[in-house]
This record gives sequence, structure tokens and C-alpha cells, in this order.
Amino acid sequence: MKALRNYMNKIKPHFQEGGKLSKLGSVYDGMETFLFTPNTTSSSGVHIHDGSDMKRTMTTVIIALLPCLLFGMYNIGLQHFLAIGQPDESAMSMFVFGLLALLPVIVVSYVVGLGIEFISAQIHHTEIQEGFLVTGLLIPLIVPINTPLWMTAVATAFAVIFAKEVFGGTGMNIFNVALITRAVLFFSYPSKMSGDEAFVKLDSAFGYGGGTVADTFTGATPLGQVATTVGDSLSLTGVDGNAITTFDAFMGTIAGSPGETSMVCILIGALILLITGVASWRVMLSVFVGGFAMATLANALPSATYPASMLDPVAQLCFGGFAFAAVFMATDPVTGARTNTGQYIYGFLIGVIAMLIRTYNSGYPEGAMLAVLLMNAFAPLIDHCVVSSNIKRRARRALNK
Amino acid sequence: MSTIKLKKGFDLKLKGGITSPDKLGGKIVGKICTIVPDDFHGITPRLDKKEGEHVAAGEAIYHDKVYEAVKITSPISGVVKEVRRGARRKIEAIIIESDGQDDVVNHDLSAPSLEVLLASGLWPMLSQRPYDVVPNPDERPRDIFVTAFDSAPLAPSLLKSAQMQYAAKGVEILNKLTDGGVHIGFAKGETQEISGAKVYEFDGPHPAGNVGVQIANISPVNKGEIVWTLDIVTLCRIGELFTTGKVNFTTFVAITGEQITEPCYVETVMGCPIKDILNGKLVNNEYENRIISGNVLTGIKVTEEEWLRAPYRHITVIPEVKNRDEFMGWLSVNPKRFSIYRMFTSWLTGLNKEVSMDARMKGGERAIVRLGEYDRMLPMDIYAEFLIKAVIAFDIDKMEQLGIYEVAPEDFALAEYADTSKIELQRIIREGLDRMRAEMA
Repeated sequence: MKALRNYMNKIKPHFQEGGKLSKLGSVYDGMETFLFTPNTTSSSGVHIHDGSDMKRTMTTVIIALLPCLLFGMYNIGLQHFLAIGQPDESAMSMFVFGLLALLPVIVVSYVVGLGIEFISAQIHHTEIQEGFLVTGLLIPLIVPINTPLWMTAVATAFAVIFAKEVFGGTGMNIFNVALITRAVLFFSYPSKMSGDEAFVKLDSAFGYGGGTVADTFTGATPLGQVATTVGDSLSLTGVDGNAITTFDAFMGTIAGSPGETSMVCILIGALILLITGVASWRVMLSVFVGGFAMATLANALPSATYPASMLDPVAQLCFGGFAFAAVFMATDPVTGARTNTGQYIYGFLIGVIAMLIRTYNSGYPEGAMLAVLLMNAFAPLIDHCVVSSNIKRRARRALNK
Repeated sequence: MSTIKLKKGFDLKLKGGITSPDKLGGKIVGKICTIVPDDFHGITPRLDKKEGEHVAAGEAIYHDKVYEAVKITSPISGVVKEVRRGARRKIEAIIIESDGQDDVVNHDLSAPSLEVLLASGLWPMLSQRPYDVVPNPDERPRDIFVTAFDSAPLAPSLLKSAQMQYAAKGVEILNKLTDGGVHIGFAKGETQEISGAKVYEFDGPHPAGNVGVQIANISPVNKGEIVWTLDIVTLCRIGELFTTGKVNFTTFVAITGEQITEPCYVETVMGCPIKDILNGKLVNNEYENRIISGNVLTGIKVTEEEWLRAPYRHITVIPEVKNRDEFMGWLSVNPKRFSIYRMFTSWLTGLNKEVSMDARMKGGERAIVRLGEYDRMLPMDIYAEFLIKAVIAFDIDKMEQLGIYEVAPEDFALAEYADTSKIELQRIIREGLDRMRAEMA
């Protein structure tokens, strides 16, 4: 490491004010703090600091996302080979296919988002903030695999600039940046974002895989199928035409956005976030409670007009992006409620609204994304009410003296 | 006596604590003694003594510009050697050289208590909420709060240096100055009944010893109210003054920290040079020393050429570690990288062990991202994060509503340690209080 440190010290002058590469000062700075923990010592205030910093916080979230990412890759391959009628392909080759299919999305997301972050940091002469490390990985996990890369690039750029940088960067945004990316895609290119062709990659990835689609192929996600169900019985099928069960949805071997299908992997991620204390258990728990409550209510009054009301509550929680949103989106501390009491209300309403949209609005088979975005807008109001009660208590105390 | 249990906060256990309260490192008689006007917040100094003039122990060196009765006195008998001035002729330090005489001011105890107290030089050791400044003698406080313990990392035992036989006399004097009561907060297991005072026992981690936290849990400060605060050592000094007529300027100082060969207490005089106190006690290793007058959370960084600063009871020396390069420290799985959060592995081996900490920031400043980090460290009915934001925006109405009158910078010190975003909370609160005081005057 000594050599690397010496090298970094050697090139440092070029990046400082007046150096020939001073326009890349923020990039150098970002790189240096990435490689070596800053060794500056406190000049005022407390003399010792805790070992944690924002990099560690964000890294922890990324580690929590890894199970979803890796399984998502495998599942992209699995769905692909099921669709082209080669279910006996080895797990390894399924994973390799998924890796090749997902990698370009990850690269596009990071290059576009981090590029904007670097430029913005340089313009404002600030350090590069770590927020996009997580957002950049969330985007590939919630965008359907068949979305053209240029669309992902445009949506990412829009979200990073207009949902984050204009508000002041990481920690200042009102809406979850990854969800804004998906919402931009969803409303700008609806035909590419749902239906039969969005979620299962049929053509080859860099020449790997590919083949003729089997006759029984249906590429819609379970929730997509539910939304288009006519009559009063539900029959959900996988891409190979076989019926799928809630257990399949729990394991994640169904069609859907890369990160959101496997409840198992999401729960592993949730465990990591909760043990490390990075995410709020209050939000996470209350999203599930709210979702379960609303799904139970809908299921108690089943109706053929709203086919999703025929799904039992447990299936509702397992299908679609609900669990992923509960664990990774609703718990974003920047855009969510910040008071303890507020977190319960915020989470519960996300759960309720997600199920409400899913069940009673046939236009949107999935409501988790919209529910989180909607509650992002209301989080400051919830906090305001909670803090007001503290303010009132203080005012009353003064009067009662 | 009533017991108050506090859950929020954290006891940081650092290496270099004093193993036994009886560990005495001797008596240090320095030739020099220095008063730093910055230590007494809210006082604008006007000199009573010029360079070269003689002062007796307990005689005023300077007084406040506005409240002329508020005096700061010399701890020793000697000659004003130097009045050190900084930018815009601000007085930075007043250095007094001992003449070896035993020339002590004897106060006339038949005068009103307040006058004696103001003239004695003990007055500036009191503090006032709101604003955390030296109290205004024209006002009568609602209550007076005394803390009998310091819960900060490596902090000395206050009961050790307090002359407890004078406590009751001190309470008697303070009771004359307030219409409310004198409230004393003891650490768990140390409670003593003192006649005339209401006694409380606080059971919980740091910042339970902060007088602000004790006030918040006994009877919070409301808008328009004033309370005074002090520690038990000062209380006993007041008692001693009103018993003997003289102010006791000697003090027990705890010398602690990893970079001290043998942590111990020493007996010395207020404002003693650091060099004299630390003579021969520093560890000699590859690290530079960071010498802190006070504890690691609220103390002041000093050099060996400087002096013991108010409240004159604690010195901590930790390694500065300026040039250690930690490769990708944010990825570390080393349990020695201490963090109170479970993102690192240190919690697996227990957070209760003694740890070694240096002065590095270990990260860059960021926006507030993580949830509830400040609230966890502040056992008060206050939304700390919202208050900090209101102070940054300097929204006076919001600051009032969210409880700015109840806090002092020291109450946020632990939150500042724990802050993942590395924001200087104490500075923000200090500046907010000062601006607000100027605005309200």
C-alpha cells in the first residue's frame, strides 16, 4: 500500500488549485478518500470521532443488496432458458447469462449517475458524496431487464439532476432517486415497462444464450397477469406455461424486475440492514404491517372487478416489488420520515397505499413504487405534525408554571 | 431523594483511566498561573490590573464591561507578568508570576452574600441557562442546579476534589439567591443528603452528569426562565468562602489518557502551566500528543506551552496520529476499529471494553443522513436534529419552540462524537446561542 500511497501523493499537486488537472480535483479527492481513510484530525469540537462514516453506511447497504443482485442475475438466466425451452441448462450458465445481461445496465447506471455527481462536485468544489453508490445499484435492480440502455441512461440522468442535484445533492433530496428513475421510465415509455416483453430477456446477451421462444411462453409477471384476469378465478403461470405458486414467488423463480423477485434474498438483505442498524426497523415493519392489513381487507371482500383482491395476503406480499420497496426504498432515511413516531405512520401508509393501488387501480399492476414516492412527499408533513406535538408540550409546560 | 433513570447516551471507555481514586501524583506548585478570559463565556474583560502590578490571591484582575461587579480574580499572589493580546487587541491570556508571598484577600462576610460572591471571583464559575454564559447578577434564578459528577470519558471524580464539609454552607448561601430550590444531582451510589438541597440520583450513561441533562429531567427551563448551574466543587468552594472568608484556589486535576505513563490526580492551582503538570508523565512513542484541557468531548486543545483551562479539573492526552494511512478503512473488518454502531465488527467483541482512540476524523463531513443518531445520545425531550437544523437556518422562533433555551454546547458533544456525518454540533449550538443572545438583548 506504501507504493500506492506514494503514487497518490506524487500526483496530488497536479490536481490541486493551479495544477494542470485541477478540473479533476474532486475526482482525485474522491479517489483518495476511497483508497485511504482521511487522516485529518479534528481541529475544533470533539477530539475523538466514531469509526463510522458515510462510506461505511453506503457500503453496508450495497452488501445488503448483493443477495438480490446475484440471485437476480441467476433468475434472468433462468427465465431466459425457460422461455426458450431449455430448462435443463446448468445454473452456472444461467448465472453467466444474467451477468452478461445485467452488467451493461449496471455500467450505464453508474457511469451516468456518478459522472453527473463528479461534475456537480467539481462545480461546487465539494467532496464527492457516496449517495449514488447505492442508487446506482438500485436502478438496475428495479428496471425491467429489456429496457433499452439509452432509456435507462436518460432516466438516470433526469433523476440525478432534477431529483437530487437541484436540491443540493446527497442528503437533501425529497424523492428517492432510484424510484424517480423508474417513474420517469414508467411514465415516459409505458410500453417498454410492462406487459409481455418487458421482464424476460429473450434475445442473446453478447452472443450468449438465445433461441426460439417456446409456444407456451407468457412473459408477464404474476401481478401483470392478475391485472388482466377476467372472471372470478386466478390462474398464474410462469414463462414455461406451468402454474406458479406463492412458494415460487417466495423463492423468486418468477418473472419480474431483476432484484425484486426473491423474497428470500430480500429478507437476507433486510436482516443485514437491521442488524447493522442502517435501516429503520420501524419503517420496515410498518410497511409490511400496512401492506398485510390492506391486503387482508381486500381479500375479505373479493370481487371480479378487482382481480387482485382474490390474491391471499401472503401472496400479495411475495409478488411484485412490494418487499423490495419495503426493505430498500421505504427505509431511505433521507426521503422518509425522520421522527420515530413519524416512521410508523410513514411506513404503514406506504404499505396500505401500495396495496390500494395494486388492487383497486387496474391501470397499475404494481403500486409499491408510487406509494413510496407519494409518501416521500408526505414525510415532511408527518414529521411536522410529530414535532409540533413536542412544540405544544413545551409551550404548555411554560404556561402551566 | 429521588432516582432518575436515563437510558439514552453512551459510556465511552477509553484507555488511560485512573485506576484508583487515591492515586495521587503529588502537589505541583507552579511559578506561573494564567487566566484565559475566553473560559468565562459572556464576560467582556476590562482590566483592573496593569502589567507589572501586584495582585493578591483573590484580588480582581479584571471585571465585566457591562456588569462591573462581576470580577475575575487571581488564584495566586504575585505580579501581572504579561497581558497577552490577539487580533483587535482582544485579551487572550493574563499571566501572573508568583512572588512566593502568602498575600490573600480576606472577604468581609458581613456584606450581602451576592456581593461577596461577585467580588470573590467564584461567580464566573457559575453558568446560566439559557445561553450557557456567566449569570447576570441582576436577575434572580428560578432554581439552581448542581451536578455532583462528571460522566464524560476518563473524567475525574468531583466528590474527590470537593471539600464536602462545606457543601451545606454553600447550599445555604445559594438558597438566599433563588426563590426556587437548590437541586443536586449525584451519580448512582454516590448520593449524600445535604441539608437545604433537593437531592437526586442519576442512573445512566454519559451525558447523565451534564447539568443540562439533569435540569431537563428534573424541571426543564422554559422561555423567560433563568436557572443557574454549577458543579459540586464550586458549591463547596462557595461554602468554604463563607466559612473562612477566603477562596480556595487549589484544585485536583485528573491526568488521564493513553499517552500518560501513569494516570493520576495531582493537586495544583487554577491556571497552572501544562508543562509543569505533565512534566515527566508523557509516554514517549512515535505519536504526536494531543493535549486536551478537559475531556475528549468538550475539552480545549492546548500545547505544552499553555495553561490549564477552566473548569480546572482534567487533562487528557491522546495520540494525534496524523500520518497513518488506513487503506480502504471504510471496508475494515478489524474489531479494533471502534464504532458504537454495528456496521463495524467492534460490537462483536463488546463495546464495554477499554479502547484506544486518536484524534482522526475518520471520514468527511456530509449532510445529515442517518436516522436518530443525535436523539440516541441526548436524554432530553428535544428533537435534536430539528433543533440543529433550526439553528443552522437561524430561525429564532423555531429554535425557541424546539428548546434552544434548555441546551448548552456540551449536551451535544456525545452526539458530535457519534455523528456519522461528522458535523460540528457543539460549534453550531455555541454560535446559535451567542447570536440569539445578541439578538434578544
